[in-house]
Amino acid sequence: MQLKKLIATVAAGAMLSTAAVADKLKVGFVYVGPVSDGGWTYEHNVGRLAVEEAYGDKVETTFVESVSEGPDAERVITQLAQSHDMVFTTSFGYMNPTIKVAKRFPNVKFEHATGFKRADNVAVYSSRFYEGRSVIGMIAGEMTKTNTIGYIASFPIPEVIRGINAAYLAAKEVNPAVQMKIVWVNSWFDPGKEADAAKALIDQGADILMQHTDSGAPMQIAEQQGIFAFGQASDMKNFGPTAQLTGIIDDWAPYYVQQVGKALDGTWESTDTWGGFDTGMVALAQFGDAVPADLVQRALDKRAAISAGALHPFTGPVNKQDGSVWLKAGETADDGTLLGMNFYVEGIEGSIPQ
Amino acid sequence: MDYGFLIPAIQSIIIASTPLVFAALGELVSERAGVLNLGVEGMMIMGAVVGFAVVIAGGGGVLGFAAAAAAGALMAALFGFLTLILYANAVATGLALTLFGLGLSALVGAGFVGLSADKFPQISIPVLSDLPVIGPLLFGHDIMVYLSLALAVGLTWFFKHTRAGLIVRAVGDDHDAAHSIGYNVTAIRFMAACFGGAMAGIGGAYLSIVQTPLFVENMTAGRGWIALALVVFASWRPGRVLLGAYLFGGITIIQLHIQGFGISIPSQILSMLPYLATVVVLTVISAKGSQARLGAPRALGQTFKATR
Repeated sequence: MQLKKLIATVAAGAMLSTAAVADKLKVGFVYVGPVSDGGWTYEHNVGRLAVEEAYGDKVETTFVESVSEGPDAERVITQLAQSHDMVFTTSFGYMNPTIKVAKRFPNVKFEHATGFKRADNVAVYSSRFYEGRSVIGMIAGEMTKTNTIGYIASFPIPEVIRGINAAYLAAKEVNPAVQMKIVWVNSWFDPGKEADAAKALIDQGADILMQHTDSGAPMQIAEQQGIFAFGQASDMKNFGPTAQLTGIIDDWAPYYVQQVGKALDGTWESTDTWGGFDTGMVALAQFGDAVPADLVQRALDKRAAISAGALHPFTGPVNKQDGSVWLKAGETADDGTLLGMNFYVEGIEGSIPQ
Repeated sequence: MDYGFLIPAIQSIIIASTPLVFAALGELVSERAGVLNLGVEGMMIMGAVVGFAVVIAGGGGVLGFAAAAAAGALMAALFGFLTLILYANAVATGLALTLFGLGLSALVGAGFVGLSADKFPQISIPVLSDLPVIGPLLFGHDIMVYLSLALAVGLTWFFKHTRAGLIVRAVGDDHDAAHSIGYNVTAIRFMAACFGGAMAGIGGAYLSIVQTPLFVENMTAGRGWIALALVVFASWRPGRVLLGAYLFGGITIIQLHIQGFGISIPSQILSMLPYLATVVVLTVISAKGSQARLGAPRALGQTFKATR
C-alpha cells in the first residue's frame, strides 16, 4: 500500500514537473564560432542573453557553439529541433541544413541568419551592415592621408562584396582620389593571417584598415603601426584604444527579443527581416578620439538620414566596374540586387575571386 | 612599381615563419629519437594560451615563453607517459593530444578573450639597426627570431658532432641495438619528446605574444600540422626545416601582397599555394627514392619494450 502511494506521488510529481517544463518556451541557438570569439558569435550570444533577461522564467535557452558548416550542422540542428520549440541558426552556411531539418519538424520554429531560403516554419533575418560600411567609408575617405584604404575581406559572398562597394562609394564621394586595396584571406577567423594581411596592406601604403573578418588582430596591427582601423561585429577598442575610429556592431538583441516574444504570444510567422540602423540591428561603436568633432557630427547625421530612409547608401549614378551603368542618377538599389551582389562598382581595382 | 614594401614584407615573412621553425625543429628532435608525436598542434595552442596568460598577468614576454615551453613539455610528458611507458598507440595518442590541447586551451583561455597585450620588443643595436636595408633585415627583429636561427644551427651541430646527438639518433634508428649496448631508450625518448613539446609551446607562444598579442580559441589554425609536414619535407635535417619554414612563410605573405597590387589570381589558389608547395616538394623528395628515405629514423613510431 505504502509503496503504491509512493509511486503515485512520484508519478504525479513527475507529471507536474513535465507540465511546468512544457510551459516554458525552449529556444536553441547554433553558433558557428566559440562564444568567446569577441565578434560575430559573441554578439549572437549577447542577443540570446537579452532574450533570457527579457522573459525570465518563461523561456529556457540553450546553445551549441563552434558548429562547423558541414554535416555536423544538420546533426546539431536536428538534435535541437527534437527538444526545442524554436531554433536560431546563426550562420550563412546553415541555410540548407536548416531548411532540411525544418521539413521534418513542422511544429518547430526556425530562424536562420543571413540566408535567403524560407519555409512556413523558417524565418530569415539579417542586418544591413552596408549602412554601417557607408558611414565608416565616409570617415575613412576624410581621414586617409595616403588616399589608400586597406580592406581585409573573408569570402567573396554578396554580403562581403556589398560592404566593400558601400564603403568605397562613401569614401569616393568625399575623396575622389581615394583608392581601395582589397586582400582576401579566405577565412572568417585566423588572427595570424589577418595580421599578415593587415601588414601587407600597410606596407603598400594603406593608412586606414577595414575588415570583414572577425578577430581583433588587424586592429592590433593598426595600433602598433600608428594607423587607424574600424572594428568589426563588436567593439574592438581593447585591441586598438587609439586606432579604432569607430566600428560596426551587430546588435541582434532587439530582433531576438521581438521574435521570441511573438513565439510566446502565438503571433510568430515566417518573416524576412533585413534590419539596419532603423531597427537598431546595426549600431556604431563609440567614436575614437582621433575623429574630429565635425566629422563625428557628419557621421551621426548620415546615420540619421539612412535610418530615416532619406538616404540610401547605393544611390545613382553608379557604374559597375566594367563601366556599364548600374544605377541611373537618383535611382536606388533594390534589395534583390543587393542580396545577390557579385560585382565591384566602378573605381575599385582587382577582380572578385570566383 | 615601388619596391619600398619589400623590407617590411621580408620582416612579415620572418614573423610568419618563426612559429613554424620552433615547432618543426622540436618535432624533428622528437622524431630523430623515434618518437612520432602528432600532437604538435595541441602543444602549440597550449603554449599560446599559457604564454599569453603569463604576459597578461604581468610576467613579461621572457617569462611567458618560459611558461609556454613548460606547458608544451608537460603535454609532451603526458604523451610520453602514455606511449613510452603504457605502450599506447602513438598515432592515436598524438591525435588525442591535439584535440585535448585545443579543448583545454579554449577552457583555460576563456577568460583572456578580448584582451590585448603590449607589443613584444624588437632588439635595437646602436648603429647596426639603423643601417639602411641591412639594419631592418638583419638587426631589427625580436630576440626569438635569433633564438630560432641559433636553434637550427645548434641542432645541426648537435646531431653531427656530439656524442649525445649520436645517441639520440641511435635510439631513433635502432632501439634494440641502443638498448643492448646499455642506453636507456625510454628515458632518452622521453626527454626528446619533452624537448619537442617545449619548442612547440614556444612556437605557439610566438603567435600569442609576438605575432598577434591576443588569444583566441584555435588561433594556431593548423600551423602544428604544417610543422609536422615540414619535418618530412626537410627529410629530418634542421637546416632544411629552416629553409622549408621560410619558404612556407614566404609564399603565405607574398600571396597577400600580390592581392594588394590588384593582380587577379584567384585568392583561393593563392591561399592553397603554400600547401601545394609542400606537396610538390614532398613528391620531388620521394621521387629520389632510397636516398630520401635514408633521412627517416628507421625506428620512427615503433614501440620499444625492453625484453631484458
